[in-house]
Amino acid sequence: MQPAIRLLGVDKQFPGGYTALKGVDLHVATGRFVALVGPSGCGKSTTLSLIAGLEMPSAGHVYVREREVTGVGGGIGFLFQRDALLPWKTVFDNVALPLRLRRVPNASAQQRAADWIGRVGLRGFEKNYPHELSGGMRKRVALAQTLAYDPEIILMDEPFSALDVQTRDLMEDELLQLWQGSGKTIVFVTHDLEEAIALADEVVVMTSGPARVKARYDVTLPRPRVIEEVRMDPRFTDLYRAMWNDLRDEVLESYARATSAG
Amino acid sequence: MREQLQPVNRWSVLATQIALTLVVLLLWEAGGRAGWVDKLYFSKPSDIGMEIGQWLSHGYILGDVTTTMSETLIGLAVGAFAGIVLGVLLASNRFIGAVFEPLLVLLNSIPRITLVPLFILWFGFKMESKVASAVALVLFVVFFATYTGIKDVDPTLVASVRVLGANRADVIRHVLMPSALTWIFSSLRTAVGFALIGAVVAEYFGANAGVGYRIQYSEANFNTAGVFAGLAVLMVLVTFVDTFIVWTQRRLVRWK
Repeated sequence: MQPAIRLLGVDKQFPGGYTALKGVDLHVATGRFVALVGPSGCGKSTTLSLIAGLEMPSAGHVYVREREVTGVGGGIGFLFQRDALLPWKTVFDNVALPLRLRRVPNASAQQRAADWIGRVGLRGFEKNYPHELSGGMRKRVALAQTLAYDPEIILMDEPFSALDVQTRDLMEDELLQLWQGSGKTIVFVTHDLEEAIALADEVVVMTSGPARVKARYDVTLPRPRVIEEVRMDPRFTDLYRAMWNDLRDEVLESYARATSAG
Repeated sequence: MREQLQPVNRWSVLATQIALTLVVLLLWEAGGRAGWVDKLYFSKPSDIGMEIGQWLSHGYILGDVTTTMSETLIGLAVGAFAGIVLGVLLASNRFIGAVFEPLLVLLNSIPRITLVPLFILWFGFKMESKVASAVALVLFVVFFATYTGIKDVDPTLVASVRVLGANRADVIRHVLMPSALTWIFSSLRTAVGFALIGAVVAEYFGANAGVGYRIQYSEANFNTAGVFAGLAVLMVLVTFVDTFIVWTQRRLVRWK
């Protein structure tokens, strides 16, 4: 099966000399849920920006569905850590926006937007503005907005990190339900190892900045998974311990660097 | 004990405002009648009222107001439009922005009133010179508001909308313009006053109609009441336009 995403020897240097990525190789198979874990600020988000075509690599190659990324293209969804809904558009108009941008005929766009708003449990909130909703509800709107145009690849940058623990568990379960059987490829960035293991088929541990791939693990926990239950699975604990060994060094190193720099 | 924040009663605010205005007017009137203030320089409210009444009965005022308002509104429209277009252009294209931004800052530092004689030289005593003077004042206010409003936009919103499938024009339409709109509207409120200043000052320099001309004419005839009457008319005009802008703003920026 052709890989959904491939990064080959990718470097990313920002103007000013900061190196976010150094020699990153990454291979994401189609239909897989892959989590990228690493200490905060290690270049995970930059990796997603490169895949989305929002940034260009300084060296190396980024391929999406075997085509080199030269800019923002269609077929990719992106859930940002920060709120990215347009505050001047209602829930309905936010969800319908990608369809309108794609010139989907109005009737069909309206129906699809309404359908997805219902599927994320927000029926009745169509006419509300984002600032009138809770953080969890806004994330649902963002999810509906992304799923509405049916992208084959979805990039998620710590999408639930700003939510409280209960809302987060709920959102993770909903995400798994929406994804299961959809055949979509997900790259999910997080600094939370538990979240990564509970959700993903495969966890990639990255080194602290500049980021490289340190290790990858297959998460063989059976699906469908329920977040609260999967954490009790003994295999979950084993995986957690193994990965934490890798991650701990990186976290300590990035902490040491932060404190010595500060 | 915690202090409670009582909401201010808007009727008592309004009543106090009216009372204060009346007190000032009455003191002014009394001062004028008793000779505490020199009527030649300060006039008195009753004379000013009479003057306005006379203007109304002679029908001068209608012509003057129409002239000044047309100049102001055309100046406002042209200046705001040019300011918005320039703002969008300079803020959305980094090269053009880098080239022209310092230039506009430089031009903005010119006291615009000093350009009025130049405008009269170029465009004559007719309406065009007044509109030009209003435009010169409005343009920069609206330009800087639009420019800042667009530069101020959250980069995450732009990135998100691009991934959702927006091209350059879509980004301007769905993200940059709405974000700038709040800034533009608050600048428009300032701009109304500026447009009126531009029009009136240009009338004052040389015209044969308009409220500014009426003020200048009254002043030349030592008619202080006429000068104050002109100012009162201007105040009413600005209040009307400002109310209209606030009303439009409420309708267009409903998401706040």
